[in-house]
Amino acid sequence: MSRRVDLLIVGAGPAGLSAAVMARRHGLDVLVVDEQPAPGGQIWRNIEAVSGTPRAAILGKAYGDGIDVVRRFRTSGARYEPGTRVWQVEPGPRAYMTRNGTASCIEAGCLLLATGAQERPAPFPGWTLPGVMTVGAAQIALKSSGQIPSGPVWIAGCGPLPLLYAAQLLKAGGRIAGFLDTTPPGRMTAALPKLSAAAFAVPFDLLKGMGWLAAVRRRVPYVPRVTEIEAIGGDAVERLRYVTADGRSATVAAHLLLVHEGLVPTIHPTLALDCLHVWNPDQDCFMPQLDGWGETSEPGVFVAGDGAGIGGAAAACLRGEIAALRIAARTGRLSDAGAAAVAEPIRTRLRRALAIRPFLDRLFRPRADLFVPVDRTIACRCEEVNVASIRAQAAAGRPGPNQVKAFTRAGMGPCQGRQCNYTVAHVLAATEGRTVPDVGLYRVRPPWKPVTLSELAALDTTDMA
Amino acid sequence: MFEKLRNPEGRPITVFVDGTPVMAEANESAAAVLLRQGPVWARTTPVSGARRAPYCMMGVCYDCLATVDGVPSVQTCLTPVREGMRIDRQLGRRSVAS
Repeated sequence: MSRRVDLLIVGAGPAGLSAAVMARRHGLDVLVVDEQPAPGGQIWRNIEAVSGTPRAAILGKAYGDGIDVVRRFRTSGARYEPGTRVWQVEPGPRAYMTRNGTASCIEAGCLLLATGAQERPAPFPGWTLPGVMTVGAAQIALKSSGQIPSGPVWIAGCGPLPLLYAAQLLKAGGRIAGFLDTTPPGRMTAALPKLSAAAFAVPFDLLKGMGWLAAVRRRVPYVPRVTEIEAIGGDAVERLRYVTADGRSATVAAHLLLVHEGLVPTIHPTLALDCLHVWNPDQDCFMPQLDGWGETSEPGVFVAGDGAGIGGAAAACLRGEIAALRIAARTGRLSDAGAAAVAEPIRTRLRRALAIRPFLDRLFRPRADLFVPVDRTIACRCEEVNVASIRAQAAAGRPGPNQVKAFTRAGMGPCQGRQCNYTVAHVLAATEGRTVPDVGLYRVRPPWKPVTLSELAALDTTDMA
Repeated sequence: MFEKLRNPEGRPITVFVDGTPVMAEANESAAAVLLRQGPVWARTTPVSGARRAPYCMMGVCYDCLATVDGVPSVQTCLTPVREGMRIDRQLGRRSVAS
């Protein structure tokens, strides 16, 4: 049952696909596994089916461009196993996964985790009600299923994605009841010193973003400086309450509320491997500590793409190529000097692709009180543990996230802390007078995706001794 | 809660949501189908019995869990629909026997 490959890539988004193409160019035996049914990751989801259709025009050029990368991947000779869930990685590196209800194990010369990002969990009262979704979720529904909200939708958040989706939705004929901008006052002032570097490197991206904002402000009721939101309802959202920085409060009818407060790297795999992580104060998140090639503190395990820190699709492709070059050198297909020489112009392009980030990070830095929600807010969606319960634990001693997990069950549900890890860390830090990097996150234990006993029973590891 | 754009590109198929036949497009996810069936929800929670609906659509929130073709706690956002698929909203904790 256990197989061996030169390079196992987890994730078929921009970083994973680009790494596979580069590694194949140097003759490596490459296997790419991915949870989705088709290549592209979240940004280019369903691109093979959508490319060339009217929906591609709605989604825009940055989406449509993905088809070139996907086509190069399809002809690269890399093996591709979609619909695969990886649920454990070990030093070796060795990875355990499930596909079509059967578990298997793969031994890899090197492992590249190209697992991307998730939307930052941003709890508020009522965020678990049906009718509250993330902006990313609604955009996925448009990409993968060609569907839009059937009634006027409220969009609340901070970041490029809510503006982009609002612009796409208007183009698709959708209706927006209102746009609640949660970007705090003063962010433009903070971001301005970084504007010239961004404008010099990627002027087109900046113009695009300004175009989205202009379209939203012109065509949609736009409420700036929103500081609080609450979804109200019984079995589903019925009303939405919001408060602005100047103290204005309103309660409005709402059936669908889309929220977004930025992205954070997916770090479950590297946490499970006990890799070293660092706190990124500009993006308010942890990320794995990496060398200049994307290698973690665990030998042979690399991270590329947004999992290495939020950088966007263009940067993800380049980071994937750089990691693949180092991995090719590891297997002897390329000298170290050769890899460095090929990587040099890619690094130049990477610096250019990342030049807009300091500006975006400052402009769209979430408001501080987003991280420590009011007491009645559910922190852990799975086990329905509210912020007050976590605060009460902190008052009883100086527990870390793992103690809170043991006492309250927060983080023990099926999502395994993906939606509450940062909230628990922030609430503990605030209550105990510590910092989030000091408090840290839950320990991640395998399997980090739910696995059934029958899947496990099918796992044959007899040849691995 | 959601509706298809006027020009769907895929091939129409039939799936069953709690036994009711509904139209779907090949290759879309079971969660995407649930988003078109009002009232929209996928499961109730094991703790309080509250309704939950797909929230993230990308496999990280687990609120779209439902019973698919008799298998409980399936992440419907990661499950492409097939002709005749049975999607049943899940009530509370999954049963070990089923």
